[in-house]
Amino acid sequence: MKTILRGNTREVIIDTDGPVIIIGECINPTRRKKLVSTLQESDFAYVLELAEMQINAAADVLDVNVGFPGVDDVKLLAETVLAIKARFDIPLCLDSPNPKAIEAALKVAGGKCLINSVNGEEKSMNALLPIAHEYGAAIIALAMDDSGITYEPEKRLAVAEKILERAVKAGIKEEDVVIDPLAMAVSADPRPCVVSLETIRLVRQKLGLNITQGASNISFGLPNREVLNSVYMALSIMNGLTCPIANPEKIATTVRASDLILGRDDYAIRFVEISQANGL
Amino acid sequence: MNDILEKIALCVEFGKINKVSPYPPNMKDQDGADELAKRALEEGVRPDEILESALVPAMARVGEKFTKKEIYVPQMLMAAKAMNSAMAHLKPFFQSGETKRKGKFIVGTVAGDLHDIGKNLVAMMIEGGGWEVIDLGVDVSTEKFLGAMEEHPGAVVGLSALLTTTMENMKKTVSAIKEKHASSKILVGGAPVTREYCEKIGADFYAPDPQGAVNYLKTLVA
Repeated sequence: MKTILRGNTREVIIDTDGPVIIIGECINPTRRKKLVSTLQESDFAYVLELAEMQINAAADVLDVNVGFPGVDDVKLLAETVLAIKARFDIPLCLDSPNPKAIEAALKVAGGKCLINSVNGEEKSMNALLPIAHEYGAAIIALAMDDSGITYEPEKRLAVAEKILERAVKAGIKEEDVVIDPLAMAVSADPRPCVVSLETIRLVRQKLGLNITQGASNISFGLPNREVLNSVYMALSIMNGLTCPIANPEKIATTVRASDLILGRDDYAIRFVEISQANGL
Repeated sequence: MNDILEKIALCVEFGKINKVSPYPPNMKDQDGADELAKRALEEGVRPDEILESALVPAMARVGEKFTKKEIYVPQMLMAAKAMNSAMAHLKPFFQSGETKRKGKFIVGTVAGDLHDIGKNLVAMMIEGGGWEVIDLGVDVSTEKFLGAMEEHPGAVVGLSALLTTTMENMKKTVSAIKEKHASSKILVGGAPVTREYCEKIGADFYAPDPQGAVNYLKTLVA
């Protein structure tokens, strides 16, 4: 199964049988207070700095989230997208809980974007699926709905199936639906990571779709976070994760190593390349 | 200090729930907070002494160690479980009014936000600070906060949010509470929250970590 995304001209193919694609997570104000202060003054220099840093660190796609209190994200998400596009030819993953902001950004983005995200609630599907179809965007389907977060992998699979079915009915191609199994911190409860890993395996086996996951927070509340994140990443890739949303500076080597070990990096070309680039 | 109170405090600090609990490994087969609290009451120790001289100082040490990154979330949760097992023996005295707590604290994660770890840590630290905690859970609407305040007049309120996109709802809830209960005290926290934001939305205090929340509550009853 191939999900094709496009920047201005450059195509990125997320392939269930190909190497892992990295979606850079860093353009997100939740842990970057400097992003809030610069964006409040319509200063995009820091956004572009984060974009460049991630591209240099092997990001294939950039997630763009500019939501914070007091902001008009309908205006700001579109402006940020334009600022990035003017400098870099890379597909974008538009990240907002506000469908109006997603639509405004899709209007100016061109190429082929990924929408982050549609969940299984009626409200979310009704608002976003027609927009995705109209602008030819791919969607991330988050395995969560009105009944909240379930700890049963089969139920998460069922939510993913429901969104897929509705998306196809709305005219979206099956390959343009990327599933997010939902990752949660392992510090307060040992179950969440096992549940997510099993959901990934089930989605891969039953639906054969591409799978994403924002997993940098599974290590919240614990020491040695980078090791935990790396191990979880490798196990997720083993089970079928194909396009994680992560910080490429921290995770790219783990991703390349996983590809090599899983036979997706002939002559270890990409692993050697990234290792040498990092002086390892 | 009373020997048994000291033992209870150690059990809470290191998360020894009861005798059968295998954790922490170096306290295996010893009595835990459960057995010791029960025995203390049988030996005539007053319940408020158990609360104030064992549980509260133990949880304060836990909070300090967490702030200094000497322990992490799992160790805090172990401590909370041990605290709860001792607290269970005190509940009848709270209910009869024989033992008074410092006040009531209503806590919840704001509407649209499902993150509960930070909120839970604050709730348990405040309970361990000697307060009665009313935990409303996650994705809590403004109406639900207002309803809880009607039910528990004079309670301090704590709001948690983990996402920049749900912080907006914190503002709405704070405005609604202040409009109805002008003299109420509201505490806010969570990864994206700052002191400036707290001031901007008219909340009373920003706590960067659970111990900060406990320390603020102390100032309200001092």
